[in-house]
Amino acid sequence: MQPVIEIQHLKKSFGSHEVLKDIDFTVNKGEVVSIIGSSGSGKSTLLRCINLLEKPTGGQIIYQGENILDDTHDMNAYRKNLGMVFQQFNLFNNHNALGNCVIGQRKVLKRSKKEAEDVAMNYLRDVGMEQYIHAKPKHLSGGQKQRVAIARALAMEPDVLLFDEPTSALDPEMVGEVLNVMKSLAHTGLTMLIVTHEMEFAREVSDRIVFMDQGVIVEQGPAQQLFDNPTEERTKAFLRRF
Amino acid sequence: MSFESVIKIVTENWPMFLRGAGVTLLISMVGTIIGALIGLLIGVFRTIPRPDRLFKRIIHRVLGGLFSAYIEIFRGTPMIVQAMVIYYGSAMAFGIDMDRLYAAIFIVSINTGAYMSEIVRGGIVSIDKGQFEAAQAIGMNHIQTMRHVVLPQVMRNILPATSNEFVINIKDTSVLNVISVTELYFQTKTIAGNNFKYFESFLIACIIYFVMTFTVTRILRFIERKMDGPDNYMMAGNQMQVTTPQFKEQS
Repeated sequence: MQPVIEIQHLKKSFGSHEVLKDIDFTVNKGEVVSIIGSSGSGKSTLLRCINLLEKPTGGQIIYQGENILDDTHDMNAYRKNLGMVFQQFNLFNNHNALGNCVIGQRKVLKRSKKEAEDVAMNYLRDVGMEQYIHAKPKHLSGGQKQRVAIARALAMEPDVLLFDEPTSALDPEMVGEVLNVMKSLAHTGLTMLIVTHEMEFAREVSDRIVFMDQGVIVEQGPAQQLFDNPTEERTKAFLRRF
Repeated sequence: MSFESVIKIVTENWPMFLRGAGVTLLISMVGTIIGALIGLLIGVFRTIPRPDRLFKRIIHRVLGGLFSAYIEIFRGTPMIVQAMVIYYGSAMAFGIDMDRLYAAIFIVSINTGAYMSEIVRGGIVSIDKGQFEAAQAIGMNHIQTMRHVVLPQVMRNILPATSNEFVINIKDTSVLNVISVTELYFQTKTIAGNNFKYFESFLIACIIYFVMTFTVTRILRFIERKMDGPDNYMMAGNQMQVTTPQFKEQS
């Protein structure tokens, strides 16, 4: 298996509070990895460190053989290779659904208007939002916003797609539509890294599950194994709650 | 006072009133626009994160200090005093004989700029952190994020405060009569000085000022609503659902 992102001895502290303690972790090409754990375990912070929304305090992130935490590395050039889907959607409020999917392609990837719109339309169709391309975010429901956000991330054609609790801010009846989109994405061979509280979903789509607690990776392994036969006591205690 | 005397003043002096109102509107409009641009530049500058490199950091620090001084000084002193200092000061110190109208526009612009800087900074700070993060996650740099995502939203958000500045400027240009700019107050004073009907003359000025500020407020409210767009969304590409069935006539 070919690693896409390798994380070595990653540390992150907010002041004196150590959120991530020496994380070692690899994401391979085509793999769907879910990170689970209770709130405050550092799983979202890990995801945000990977695309540098939080600056790690120590360690290395190796992407295409280079440590992107070197001072010389161009942060924005690296970031365009990673897609991010946020808990709060974060659609650009001043753009409509199509514009949200086009602006990054035009300004960062320097694609032509025509090409960017074609690509955007393709992905908007994939997520079932082609009827809403001219709608502003304020016109859309939570589930619809998140589907556009997924299309926006896909339109950049990233190497890895990061999901930061994509369904946590949704009303229960809208969770399904977003998870369905993610499920069909998982089957396309896209590399995905998902932070989630949806255990059933994680079990169904993931090639590998990572369990985090108090800033460390406690246990990881294939979904079946981790859910049915966890070896660590902390993993068992966490899974008993579901 | 009689209604006839008001009419008489208007019919005799309407070109002067009109010119005064025109100058007032010109100074306050140009001043507000330039001031808003100054505010936009300084406001954006003040939200740039502190650079890592030493050289850039020093420049950032020095400019930041200068802008703070500018804002504090112009917010902290009356415009009427600024007008005297700038107009007579430039003439005395540098021998520059400024055109009165340009001097007036200059004073209103930098004064408005000082206020607008803070309004813009507030507007940027009020934008949800998620908007910045989403733009960064896509790979946009600070300038692209500002230009394509943040500032368009800031513009909308600061529009009410900007129209407020505009209205204040329409009224406050009257203090510029101290440097003899022929704006509405100055013209009214001249008219009243000739006919000695102070109350009637200034009543007319009062009405003209009100009409100007009221119209400006309404126009900007209209623009705000235009920018907001409709509250509801009509689905695109649903023609299939609205076509009426075609019945063929039986023959």
